[in-house]
Amino acid sequence: MGKVVVVTSGKGGVGKTTSTAALGAAVAKTGKKVALVDFDVGLRNLDLIMGAERRVVFDLVNVIQGQAKLSQALIRDKRVETLFLLPASQTRDKDALTEEGVGEVIDKLRSVFDYVFCDSPAGIERGAQLAMRFADEAVIVTNPEVSSVRDSDRIIGLLDARTLRAEQGEQIAKHVLVTRYDAARASRGEMLSIDDVLEILSVPLLGIIPESQDVLRASNLGSPVTLSEPLNSAAKAYIDAARRLEGEELPVIVPFERKGFLDRLLGRRAA
Amino acid sequence: MNLLDMFKRRSSAPVARERLQVLLAYERRNRSQPDLVSILREEIMAVIAKHVQIDQDYLQVSMDRGETMSTLEIDIQIPNKSAVPLAMAG
Repeated sequence: MGKVVVVTSGKGGVGKTTSTAALGAAVAKTGKKVALVDFDVGLRNLDLIMGAERRVVFDLVNVIQGQAKLSQALIRDKRVETLFLLPASQTRDKDALTEEGVGEVIDKLRSVFDYVFCDSPAGIERGAQLAMRFADEAVIVTNPEVSSVRDSDRIIGLLDARTLRAEQGEQIAKHVLVTRYDAARASRGEMLSIDDVLEILSVPLLGIIPESQDVLRASNLGSPVTLSEPLNSAAKAYIDAARRLEGEELPVIVPFERKGFLDRLLGRRAA
Repeated sequence: MNLLDMFKRRSSAPVARERLQVLLAYERRNRSQPDLVSILREEIMAVIAKHVQIDQDYLQVSMDRGETMSTLEIDIQIPNKSAVPLAMAG
């Protein structure tokens, strides 16, 4: 039985889709069978980030409504053999997804794949709740910034209340993935530090992805950064995060902070 | 201390942390009582519906939370047209 991991955040634009693609590709590269499911009905983008936008024939809604078989809708990645994508539909109908339908699709995927990554839409409404509904684990993507952290806290509340696991009295394993981390700004006290974020959310850290031009370039090229430029710092951080997700104990290194003498002297006591 | 003050003023992250801690402590408390207002709204609506037919929109329930006391405000508008009690109408 595969593991279902929801990638969620509450707030939009923090890097859910990018992180889904990067983490999924990193796990698949180790030989595991991985399915990426785009839950953002109406605003699909995972296909674009994966560079598969011209190969979409059927989508998640087609499968749920019985217009296509799951095997017809799954798109195999051209770079990694064990990586598959199930795109969202472009339909505007918000009710196109039913809980039963999603449950059936997830069950089938779970029986075939080692990992099923569910890319959640932004917000805390139905779409986001369906994306997390059947998850065993959650990756909460957070930017070190007040509104993102607040929304992550809301999402954590939902994960503990509205997922099937939570309702059955089981735990859902939660991990925080801090993205767009700017070490220089954090060291100057202009950005919430990793410690701040973890202390506030009290959820273990999966990784820290530094703010990087390479991530944008990878999106432009339609390739997860972990595949196109596996040696750059953001990709390495994603690869390490993927290893931690698989249970490996790997220390998290906070991206280098260039501290001046005065910064050191003042440190966190400046608060 | 002037130099120190200058540095202190520059870093906004500690302010962000403190604001978040206060806000989230408050929001988490409220989360544990699952949307009291909407439960009240539903039950009040059910009680009214036993006697008078009104539209959902005519019932406003709001909670103003204060430090030591909260105020629950219930505003029910009964349009004259449908104000006839069901018992009498029947």
